[in-house]
Amino acid sequence: MGSITLQKVSKSFGTTSVIPEIDLEINDGEFVVFVGPSGCGKSTLLRMIAGLEDLSGGRIIIDGKDMSNEAPAKRGLSMVFQSYALYPHMSVYGNIAFPLKMDGQDKTAIDKKVKDAAHILNLTNYLDRRPGQLSGGQRQRVAIGRAIVRQPKAFLFDEPLSNLDAALRGNMRLEISDLHHQLATTMIYVTHDQVEAMTMADKIVVLNAGRIEQVGSPLELYRNPRNVFVAGFIGSPRMNLIEGQEAARQNAVTLGVRPEHVRISKTEGVWKGIVGVTEHLGSDTFIHVQADGVGKVTVRTDGDFAAEHGQPVFLTPESARLHRFDADGQAI
Amino acid sequence: MARAVTTRRKMTFTIIGWAIGFVIFFPILWTFLTSFKTEGTAIATPPQFLFFDWTIENYHEVQSRSNYMKHVTNSVVISVGSTLIGLALAIPAAWAMAFSPTKRTKDVLMWMLSTKMMPPVGVLVPLYLIFRDWGLLDTRLGLVGILTMINLPIIVWMLYTYFKEIPGEILEAARMDGASLMKEIVYVLTPMAVPGIASTMLLNIILAWNEAFWTLNLSAANAAPLTAFIASYSSPEGLFWAKLSAASTMAIAPILIMGWFSQKQLVRGLTFGAVK
Repeated sequence: MGSITLQKVSKSFGTTSVIPEIDLEINDGEFVVFVGPSGCGKSTLLRMIAGLEDLSGGRIIIDGKDMSNEAPAKRGLSMVFQSYALYPHMSVYGNIAFPLKMDGQDKTAIDKKVKDAAHILNLTNYLDRRPGQLSGGQRQRVAIGRAIVRQPKAFLFDEPLSNLDAALRGNMRLEISDLHHQLATTMIYVTHDQVEAMTMADKIVVLNAGRIEQVGSPLELYRNPRNVFVAGFIGSPRMNLIEGQEAARQNAVTLGVRPEHVRISKTEGVWKGIVGVTEHLGSDTFIHVQADGVGKVTVRTDGDFAAEHGQPVFLTPESARLHRFDADGQAI
Repeated sequence: MARAVTTRRKMTFTIIGWAIGFVIFFPILWTFLTSFKTEGTAIATPPQFLFFDWTIENYHEVQSRSNYMKHVTNSVVISVGSTLIGLALAIPAAWAMAFSPTKRTKDVLMWMLSTKMMPPVGVLVPLYLIFRDWGLLDTRLGLVGILTMINLPIIVWMLYTYFKEIPGEILEAARMDGASLMKEIVYVLTPMAVPGIASTMLLNIILAWNEAFWTLNLSAANAAPLTAFIASYSSPEGLFWAKLSAASTMAIAPILIMGWFSQKQLVRGLTFGAVK
């Protein structure tokens, strides 16, 4: 079991409030991603759950028990750090075995668990090596191995992939998702990368300046962002946010439309504009258009659309897919 | 972009490097050579570099006139003793400042360092009187005490820089893995800090070994270390360069040999934090 409940959890450093009161329910077996820009308090929140950071107020309940003041190790959680935080003076075997050794388990049991974990993570051939002799991806796997041998109630990941290159990040993303299916254990994952959030999460928690902006499944957040912040944060390329007359015409202060929901044509459309930069990704093409009276609009179209810099084009937003926001940035 | 390094450039820099190294080393070499000369050749003009009648007479003389081994023992006791006590005091201090800093930590560190900026002669008289009243004059205990205090700021600073280099996340990982504070120190922190502690220890032994101001002023016969042994050949009977050189060579030999074998540790210790 691994359900985690945050009740009015808050954190302040001196007089600065980093996290005002937060309530959150994380169900057993769920993959929850905390996402937000840097400095939004997502890592602090994770560290509070881990017990590495004291609470300024509120309670953290794990499996029905109030763990707010328990030591990190007593909470039954495992954490994977951004820097991997492997013990450099121990072999891979020593690293993975460390939590079991601290737990006072006997040697044969430790040996079996370490070898099982190494097998799952493809580390069997590296058990004698030191962390310094491993690649970034392998180190990350060792860190995960050290986390899984404890059979925790939940895994906490603090931006685990941000030190890896793009290709490896894609692979590790799949591996972690796969691991989640294998172990069916609660996972809380912190990232600033909304692609990671969208691809891995059962439930995304969008944080901004310590506050929860919205909680929901990836598609819920994508389809029905509750406010301008979530609208702009989720989705890549970003949602086009249009202000001024064009928004007012639709009875909104800010009008949002995703790049994939704008049709582009060389002959006809609602908005007239000039092509700026074109990004060809092969499968898709992103065209940045300067539209008259609207501003900059990014359009996602198929990979074959040919557009030249300075060429006049016409854009048509799909009216059913428009997002309207009021003066406070809340969805109407 | 890497700068193109021509062979000629490399050669020039190599020669300059060796030349500077030789200039720095020259006084020690000259002392060593002089220790094998007679008093006459030692002061001869022009000076004789390598081609003179080598003799070990000075070493015999120095051995018979003073008790070399007693001074060596004193030096070892004072330098190692003050270093060990210093480490015992500095490790917890540096630990606390590195891993649990407060608003005032930087100030405390600066204050510690500032004590090194004071000219020691300024406190010589009060300290001498305290030593006299407490019966510490010319005792090993007294010298161990004073050298511990004098070098403590440097030990704390060095260890602090070392401990700062240990990523906090690793300690947090250990805490998550269920290590108690004691186990965290024994299994994770200490093994990672051992190189730092070792080089701090080596450097401090050298500093204490070479310290002359306090050892000369606060010791006479019983606790006198090698610095006093060298000094005893300089003044009273006029200048005897050859014997003085022999005494100096004998005094620096142990620490030079130790330094030679541990140079890798020392260089690492001195540049730690500056280069990664």
